[in-house]
Amino acid sequence: MRHILPLGAFILLVALLGFGLTLDPRKVPSVLIDKPAPLFELVQLHQPDQTISTTDMKGKVWMLNVWASWCGACRQEHPLLVELARKKVIEIVGLDYKDETGAALQWLKQFGDPYSVIAYDGDGRAGIDWGVYGVPETFIIDKQGFIRHKQIGPLTPESLEKTILPLINKLKEEA
Amino acid sequence: MKKLILALLLSMPFCLSAAIEQREFETPQQEHIYKTLLEELRCLVCQNQNLAASNAGLAQDLRQQSYEMVVQGKSLDEITGYMVDRYGDFVLYRPPFKPITILLWLGPFILLIIGLLAAFYFIRSSQSAETETSVSQSGLSPEDIRKLLDDEKQP
Repeated sequence: MRHILPLGAFILLVALLGFGLTLDPRKVPSVLIDKPAPLFELVQLHQPDQTISTTDMKGKVWMLNVWASWCGACRQEHPLLVELARKKVIEIVGLDYKDETGAALQWLKQFGDPYSVIAYDGDGRAGIDWGVYGVPETFIIDKQGFIRHKQIGPLTPESLEKTILPLINKLKEEA
Repeated sequence: MKKLILALLLSMPFCLSAAIEQREFETPQQEHIYKTLLEELRCLVCQNQNLAASNAGLAQDLRQQSYEMVVQGKSLDEITGYMVDRYGDFVLYRPPFKPITILLWLGPFILLIIGLLAAFYFIRSSQSAETETSVSQSGLSPEDIRKLLDDEKQP
């Protein structure tokens, strides 16, 4: 009997620590979920004389993918984006984060360009407004201009199947 | 070899100081706000460093952002509010006291109280066990003892 209490406490501690191991401390929950997408108006990577603004996307369900040519994990998720664009699942806007224009264009030439338009965020200011702290990051924005989902780190086939694609379908049905 | 080590050691302060940009401020108060921000805000990429300690790209950007806002005359609260709006409470090294952080703030004290209670309980039970053993070693039955005690009460 007198062993039950310490044993119980020990098992509880192990269970808590075990649960802690399954959490990823690098994942910082976004405060922007269900908030209006932060405004940006940036020059386009392909046409530096033209700008792209978040207000241009009003009324559409769209994806903002934050990437950079220096980012290794972006290369890893890139084929999935190309596939999404080919199937016309969703309009993907790129945010080229703290990148060199030349390197970025070269990178797209090499790996394919799934973006309908790319905003060039050379100094990372738009990134700060969107709470970006590690690329790649992917946001899903609804027709009202609210952020509904944020994926930190590269997209995976599982994250697309389980979360993102069902969400896109749901959002497209919303008014 | 020793000289090389010495040279490396001596150059270390320069490497460390290189991490932080030199900033100029209009008033000492602005400088104070800026230094406080750098101590209180977390670098999100490196997790256990504040902005002052980190040389990561994002930390540099956030330092720059803080600096510009300070020079524009923004208050400490306005700038921390700006950061929390974008990065959440996690950006603060000192988490605010609110329902979701109650366990974080009070947990240690709750554990302390549980520990003290356990210690108290443990000490008391071992003390009474000691009295019991010394009583049983005396060779007297509980009834004998009660009788003795009663006798003492009535002189």
